[in-house]
Amino acid sequence: MMDIKMEDQKTQTKTTQSLTMVQAINDALKTMLEQDETTILLGEDIGKNGGVFRATEGLQEQFGEDRVIDTPLSESGIVGTSIGLAVNGFKPVCEMQFMGFIYPAYDQIMTHASRLRMKTMGHYSVPMVIRAPYGAGIRAPEIHSDSMESIFTHMPGVKVVCPATPKDAKGLLIAAIEDPDPVIFMEPMRSYRAQREEVPTEKYQLPIGKGEKIKEGDDVTIITWGAMLSVAKQAAEQAESQGIGCDVLDLKTLYPLDRNLIAESVQKTGRAVIVHEAHQTGGLSQDILSVINDTSFLYLRAPIERVTGFDVPVPFFALEDHYLPTAKRVLSSIEKAVHF
Amino acid sequence: MSFKSPLEGIDEKFEMIQILNEDGEIVNEDAMPDLSDEDLVEIMRRMVYTRVLDQRSIALNRQGRLGFYAPTAGQEASQIGSHFALEKEDFLLPAYRDVPQLIWHGLPLYQAFLFSRGHFHGNQMPEDVNAVSPQIIIGAQITQAAGVALGLKRRGKPNVAITYTGDGGASQGDFYEGINFAGAYQAPAIFVVQNNQFAISVPVEKQSAANTIAQKAAAVGVPGFLVDGMDVFAVYQVVKEARERAVNGDGPTLIETMTYRYGPHTMAGDDPTRYRSEDMNDKWEKRDPLVRFRKFLEGKDLWSEEKENEVIETAKEEIKAAIKKADGHDKQKVTDLISIMYEELPSNLKEQMEEYKEKESK
Ligand SMILES: Cc1ncc(C[n+]2csc(CCOP(=O)(O)OP(=O)(O)O)c2C)c(N)n1
Ligand SMILES: [Mg+2]
Repeated sequence: MMDIKMEDQKTQTKTTQSLTMVQAINDALKTMLEQDETTILLGEDIGKNGGVFRATEGLQEQFGEDRVIDTPLSESGIVGTSIGLAVNGFKPVCEMQFMGFIYPAYDQIMTHASRLRMKTMGHYSVPMVIRAPYGAGIRAPEIHSDSMESIFTHMPGVKVVCPATPKDAKGLLIAAIEDPDPVIFMEPMRSYRAQREEVPTEKYQLPIGKGEKIKEGDDVTIITWGAMLSVAKQAAEQAESQGIGCDVLDLKTLYPLDRNLIAESVQKTGRAVIVHEAHQTGGLSQDILSVINDTSFLYLRAPIERVTGFDVPVPFFALEDHYLPTAKRVLSSIEKAVHF
Repeated sequence: MSFKSPLEGIDEKFEMIQILNEDGEIVNEDAMPDLSDEDLVEIMRRMVYTRVLDQRSIALNRQGRLGFYAPTAGQEASQIGSHFALEKEDFLLPAYRDVPQLIWHGLPLYQAFLFSRGHFHGNQMPEDVNAVSPQIIIGAQITQAAGVALGLKRRGKPNVAITYTGDGGASQGDFYEGINFAGAYQAPAIFVVQNNQFAISVPVEKQSAANTIAQKAAAVGVPGFLVDGMDVFAVYQVVKEARERAVNGDGPTLIETMTYRYGPHTMAGDDPTRYRSEDMNDKWEKRDPLVRFRKFLEGKDLWSEEKENEVIETAKEEIKAAIKKADGHDKQKVTDLISIMYEELPSNLKEQMEEYKEKESK
């Protein structure tokens, strides 16, 4: 089911190593720096310090200050220069220290990166990746915990990717770097070190635009991504102990959405629970609702449930636990859908 | 022919201003600020108190009793000296490291601790404190300061807006926009850049090709000064003069204070040994603002070990009491946050409030 596309088909003896997500990201960046000299990394504190999360640890040492650049402190500058580099034949991968600090660069993304291909009829394109650690759950201060995917999924011209596991992180990041268009690559920071997984040492890509069914069940479809996947899985296990079978879908790409995956599952179960940690109003759940409405309306046996963050800025420190969807909240929505 | 670069000779225009040297000697008698003995003692008291507050805050953070904290030791002359030149009615727009200035401007200690814990009461300034809470987004406060200053000017107030950022902050677009707007309006603003040599791990040399941050002011027609930020007299005097110009209608000033943070960037896992050498730390610690000012005051018989110990004890007691008060403050709940989102709650939030109340009552 995991359709891993091996770059080198001949080497059948694929070796793996046990990595956390942040290590897998480091490995993806290293792989691309090694194999493609147009790959270039930019960001605040990514060089000597290896990034505040250590995602770029050791890379400046190995590849030099010209390819792993500690930039001046300016998000608009980082994204603007990345666009310039991209137009000039490079594949910039820039890091926003936290997704909550991306807003000063919003204009460069919205007004320029997303439109350049279209407005030059393909003469220029922006094969750039913006890496952005997002989400709550690490007891961070104000603005560090934002989860603002929907301001980017609403933006025609960029793709939005969000892995939930180490293996996906590597494969999707490589795919994002090799993608000919701009990609916002959201990294669930609370999953950075939460889990280890065997990750192929080779270069491989996972397809952008494809989600995956993580768990199979007949009664209800749970749709989620990123850090909420583990919450959804927990709730699904609890539901199963009550005899409720759950399809758990990890979307992995938030734009473009894997409409078939959603439709097939909902047509089977007739029920859906969408889980995301972003605010409810204008959240991506509304687009997923439209996909279900467009493709599966007559299959529905219950109203679609949403478990989301509230319409308040993400609260700080311990209060975030009350903001974030929990397995308990997801379970009660599953029950509500099933007992409708 | 080839034209001469206008940058030639620019460094001489931005030489570092110093009044009190490392050995506690006055090296620039003409520039000596006009301060009474009580003022001198009060400045020292505040610097010592602030150092203690820093040590206690670090300890409290390690015990899990404080949340966000950005250490201040090393920057006392920049922080206290610049603040001491202000009037009570002046308006403060601090960055996250500038909690001491807020406290000396009137923010009660327990509220500073609540801010650290992410409780919004920490952002709720008392009626008589003209200030906003510390800014997390680098640079955002700088354009806002231009606006506050413009407002003061429009209302004919004899006051200034003062804002702080770091050497990294001077790379943000907001920095250039803020100083340029204030210059264009001739608004009574003071922009202090505390150049502590690093933006987290990035050395100031990587931020810009300019040799000083002070000179960036020239590009927008505003005076810029480079000051020894470990010398409380120099910082005080330059801010004092900037304040006078501002209230006299002569516009804003940019001030770069050369300083150093001894501690980590914040208490959230920064390891300075990854990017700074012991040698560099030693060099800067020799320039310590408290050591040199203590020497100066002792020479004038205005300070003693006994006096210093008294300040330290008082600080410790007040900090203890403030933490206790913060502990006793009502915890915030999500419904409290929902209820303060708008003057009048929209219907979607009313619904979410109901959903949440149920949960909180369990
Ligand atoms: C817009 C924005 N980008 C990035 C950050 C993350 N960050 C917090 S502090 C900091 C370095 C700031 O350095 P400087 O301006 O020199 O101030 P200092 O911390 O040294 O006082 C960075 C990059 C942020 N808070 N806001
Ligand atoms: Mg700094």
